[in-house]
Amino acid sequence: MTAASETLLGTARPFDPTAPLSASGNLRRRAVVDRVVQFVSSTAAVCAVAVLVIVVYGVLVRGAAALNLGFVFENPTGLDTGGIANALLGTLEIVAIGAVIALPLGVLTGLYLTEFAGARSQTGRVLTLALDMMQGLPTIVVGLFVYGLLVIPMKRETGVAGAIALAIVMLPLMARASQEVLLLVPGTLREAADALGVARWRAVLTVILPSAMGGIVTGAILAIARAAGETAPLLICDSIYNYNATSLNPFRGVPNVPMLIYTSYDLPLPQAVVRAWGAALVLMIFILLANIGARVLLARSRAKMGP
Amino acid sequence: MLFGLCAVAGVIVVLTLVDVVYQLASNGSEAINRFGLGFLIHTAWKPGFNTEGAGALIYGTAFSSLIALVLAAPLGIAIGLYLSMMAPRRVRAVVGPLVEMLAAVPSIIYGFWGLVVLVPFVDHLEPGLHSALGFIPLFGQPTTTGISLLSAGIVLAVMVLPIISALSRDLFLTVPRELKEGAEALGATRWEVIRGIVLPSTASGVGAAVVLGLGRALGEAIAVSFVIGDVSAIHGSVFQPASTAAERIANQFQGPVNALHLSAMFYVGLVLVAIGMLTSIAARMIAGRFDVQRTIGTIY
Repeated sequence: MTAASETLLGTARPFDPTAPLSASGNLRRRAVVDRVVQFVSSTAAVCAVAVLVIVVYGVLVRGAAALNLGFVFENPTGLDTGGIANALLGTLEIVAIGAVIALPLGVLTGLYLTEFAGARSQTGRVLTLALDMMQGLPTIVVGLFVYGLLVIPMKRETGVAGAIALAIVMLPLMARASQEVLLLVPGTLREAADALGVARWRAVLTVILPSAMGGIVTGAILAIARAAGETAPLLICDSIYNYNATSLNPFRGVPNVPMLIYTSYDLPLPQAVVRAWGAALVLMIFILLANIGARVLLARSRAKMGP
Repeated sequence: MLFGLCAVAGVIVVLTLVDVVYQLASNGSEAINRFGLGFLIHTAWKPGFNTEGAGALIYGTAFSSLIALVLAAPLGIAIGLYLSMMAPRRVRAVVGPLVEMLAAVPSIIYGFWGLVVLVPFVDHLEPGLHSALGFIPLFGQPTTTGISLLSAGIVLAVMVLPIISALSRDLFLTVPRELKEGAEALGATRWEVIRGIVLPSTASGVGAAVVLGLGRALGEAIAVSFVIGDVSAIHGSVFQPASTAAERIANQFQGPVNALHLSAMFYVGLVLVAIGMLTSIAARMIAGRFDVQRTIGTIY
């Protein structure tokens, strides 16, 4: 051995063949910290799932007491008796009107951002910022806006006012979802269409939109599911109506599920609260199923389109 | 033709946004003229005496959202780390969507659940927290109901959690694999990879995700209105009832005492819009190269 290697070896610990094969000292500390972090992170995930389970279970247990076929298919017979069919139909109507307004506008906005405005264009940037802000609007403020826009001039709360408020909630979600999926359409498709001399609008309608359809439908389902449970805008724009009758004229108050839940909870009637839980359960089942369905659809269309 | 339609859609989006501000300002003009900017500071809200001030509302909004962030931000980031770096593929495919599902539950159900399940639980929790941490003024004398800033903060935390966790997970997944594997090859543990590579390179995006969560918490009306008590008062203790701007509108809009009361609520709405727009812009500025706002559209 040379002198140099002797001094090098001299600083190291002497080799002890009987020492246990586990980390010690600094290495051990690092391993322990690592374990702790992994434990904390996985516990956090467990906590979040537990909260979901607690919420869903809480609604399920309390709502199941009210649930039967009559609850879904019959009209109320009083403040705390009968079904909620009129509110379900009303919500269906309001959300459908809102979707008819918001979905085409959202897809068109998405198309504008991806197909017509360049990545660096000023108008594209302004529009993106506007969409961000629209999405950041508190939904209660959307309600106030539509109240000023429609309810005050029409002098009554109407289903159509609620529908337009819901459309404003859906529009940025729809635009974002369409933009997202349109960006995934391979550029080669657009170039192929261009090379064949196809006009841009025809390429959009026959090539680009069809290949993005899966993602657009997914976005639409998610937007509709969000709007169906939105309460704040309806509290302001569509809360005055006949609670016991089916009234589907959109230019009058239209019964709806969120308002049914909101108003039933502070009635001094125990059975009214049970009905509110039942309505909450129906609403939650619809929303969760829509979400799961949207996810399955998205996974399928992704698999079809490739990475 | 199609371009025209698309452009019209874009114009409608921008015009709607402008009209939101206009409608709120014009319907709130009576209160704006009467109270001016002092509205933001004055705390008394007595519609019967023609006195309205948003000071206590703004305080309650900020306080409850802060509680929500203190609870949800570390938890959400930890979940993001777990889902992006630690969970086995199969666990990730199940737990990820479940956590995002928290964002799908409507706010009315959170409010209802908060009132019936969470509020009694918080009521049980309060004496223990007070005796253990009572030396901090935040944990003052317990009340008898559980309707409090703390309950509101917890409900908001649950609502914000899926946003922060899903956004941070997506951000962590964008960190190049070469960097992480390089650090591992040098002997770094997983935590050292997280602290040395993943968190520093995504810090701005995570900050923006937290700000977006904050924006959602600041504007939540229905869920909060069930659990906070709608009391215009400024307390230091999280066990006291309070009120937030959005929640006040939801609680009192249906029965305004007079035109001034109604117009004051529009003024509160205008303040909320300003706060919402500021958080959108702040998120965008903090995010830098990350486009978190595009990701959030796919979550809620």
